[in-house]
Amino acid sequence: MTTLVGHTHTLLGREITWARLRSAVMIWLTASMVTLSLLAVVGLLAFLLWFGAQWFLYQGPDTAGSALSRFATNFQSLLYGSRDVTGSSAMLPAIVGTAVMILLMTVIVAPLGIVVAIYLREYARESWYTDLVRIGVQNLAGVPSVIYGVFGLGFFVYSVGGRLDELFFADTLPRPTFGTPGLLWASLTLAILTLPVVIVSAEEGLARLPRSLREGSYALGATRAETIFKVLLPAAAPSVLTGVILAIARAAGEVAPLMLVGVVKYAPTLPVSAQAPFIHLEQKFMHLGFLVYDLTLHANTPSGRLGLICATSLVLVLVVVLLNLTAILLRKRLRDRYRDFSGV
Amino acid sequence: MQDRDALILASAYRSQRDRVAPSLRVRDLSLSYPGARHALQDINLDIAAGGVTSVIGPSGCGKSTLLRCFNRMNDTIEGCRYNGSIELGDTNILTPATDVTLLRRRVGMVFQRPNPFPKSIFDNVAYGPRIGGLRRKRQLDEVVESALRAAALWDEVKDRLTDSAMSLSMGQQQRLIIARAIAVDPEVLLLDEPASSLDPISTLKIEELIYELKHSYTILIVTHNMQQAARVSDWTAFMNAGKVVEFDTTDRIFTNPARQATEDYITGRYG
Repeated sequence: MTTLVGHTHTLLGREITWARLRSAVMIWLTASMVTLSLLAVVGLLAFLLWFGAQWFLYQGPDTAGSALSRFATNFQSLLYGSRDVTGSSAMLPAIVGTAVMILLMTVIVAPLGIVVAIYLREYARESWYTDLVRIGVQNLAGVPSVIYGVFGLGFFVYSVGGRLDELFFADTLPRPTFGTPGLLWASLTLAILTLPVVIVSAEEGLARLPRSLREGSYALGATRAETIFKVLLPAAAPSVLTGVILAIARAAGEVAPLMLVGVVKYAPTLPVSAQAPFIHLEQKFMHLGFLVYDLTLHANTPSGRLGLICATSLVLVLVVVLLNLTAILLRKRLRDRYRDFSGV
Repeated sequence: MQDRDALILASAYRSQRDRVAPSLRVRDLSLSYPGARHALQDINLDIAAGGVTSVIGPSGCGKSTLLRCFNRMNDTIEGCRYNGSIELGDTNILTPATDVTLLRRRVGMVFQRPNPFPKSIFDNVAYGPRIGGLRRKRQLDEVVESALRAAALWDEVKDRLTDSAMSLSMGQQQRLIIARAIAVDPEVLLLDEPASSLDPISTLKIEELIYELKHSYTILIVTHNMQQAARVSDWTAFMNAGKVVEFDTTDRIFTNPARQATEDYITGRYG
């Protein structure tokens, strides 16, 4: 039988056309790919959960106690470290180190990224210079992260840090103060690494605001700066926040560059203390991502390596997920407030 | 900066009664920007102090552009050039020396679609006074209340001043925008098709409001709606293709226009 779409055939008792067949094949193909990628995510989490939970619940000599009490003991030895269970690597200092580094990085990257976005979107005219900046920012996002580590070591640690030592800490040389990897340099390196994310999302947030919002402010006698800081930035806050949170999540999981600029396997003291100056910028510190790496290669424990690694990774993933969740909730609240202007 | 704040504060305390709305004199005004070589050509208008002047004309005739000259809003368009002069009271506002932020506090504007800031109702109205340097809570409260009363919105929002301005209806939002403009205590109000996105009842409220406000402000209104022009204005200018075709009292424009083009337009025979 010949129809408009060509010859029809009969398959499994149903009349089909080639066009229909092609579209059916495409649908099945794409749908199965989606399922496959979903499986990858679910599989990864299931793997971590399975071995991590097993470690938490069944590891250790305390076979008599309840599952809950074993979980508590194991969680405690994971956090504080114990010779028999974790081979003395403790997680708590790594959590503190990660948190302090992220805090410092956020304080650096958020204002910097927002200022660049404001310049690009609100002040600069389109020119070869702004094009160059945008291309630069996009390429920055594509550089392998270990290169940032190399740059941080060469520029921040050796050049800037070495110079600082010569100027202010000459009496203690040749023992370096800032001329060696440390918290400040790690935070700065990660700030540069995450800068593109913040710039791009802040710029998009500003670009999405309607012209009428700006005109409304100008019409009341506001200057450009007043308009930007009192109307546009608050209205673009959800987007800016998204960028900052993405930056934070990235920094929490990064390992390679950090190994070069300040993270160590074991730091004798925390980078924060109750004594002034409270945050010790020149100190080396511990980091969750590095801890996972270190345990994987070097842990020598009687309790089985895989379970320990999965348990540690589980905590790391949990931290990142919690951060993302906070971001999503915060953004939702802001969007509700500014619903007509936040676009999506 | 000091002068600006002092002036703003002084104007905030001038009472509504002994204010004098200024006149506007437009002389040989031409305006062009890239893409439209002559958006406005040789405009001459004498707008008397107080009262309502409406500007009517077909789409794209330059009536909004003309309105945006009075508060220099066209300055935000790149490559926009003026010729001629506009005298507000007795100062030419088209000179490069004009402080546009100060000018815009004297000449307020309301736009086609309500454009409240994504802030609370109170913060929207307080925005102008705040950037003018008013900080004291008590004074801000007073200014906001009197502006909302003047815009006939106070009774509807007095119990929810901290709610988002986005939660208001379109008609309420547009009255909020008028309150926001009034809060800066301008002398001239520019209304750019203020009711074009509103339903008939909200439109009626805006028109009643214009009638109330014309005692204290010189009002210019651009409108597509000729009945509206006839209802609210004392004078009417008919524009076509960047030129003012005829300018006279509203009565005369609508009953006995001097030009054939005006008559064609208002009787619907245009085009």
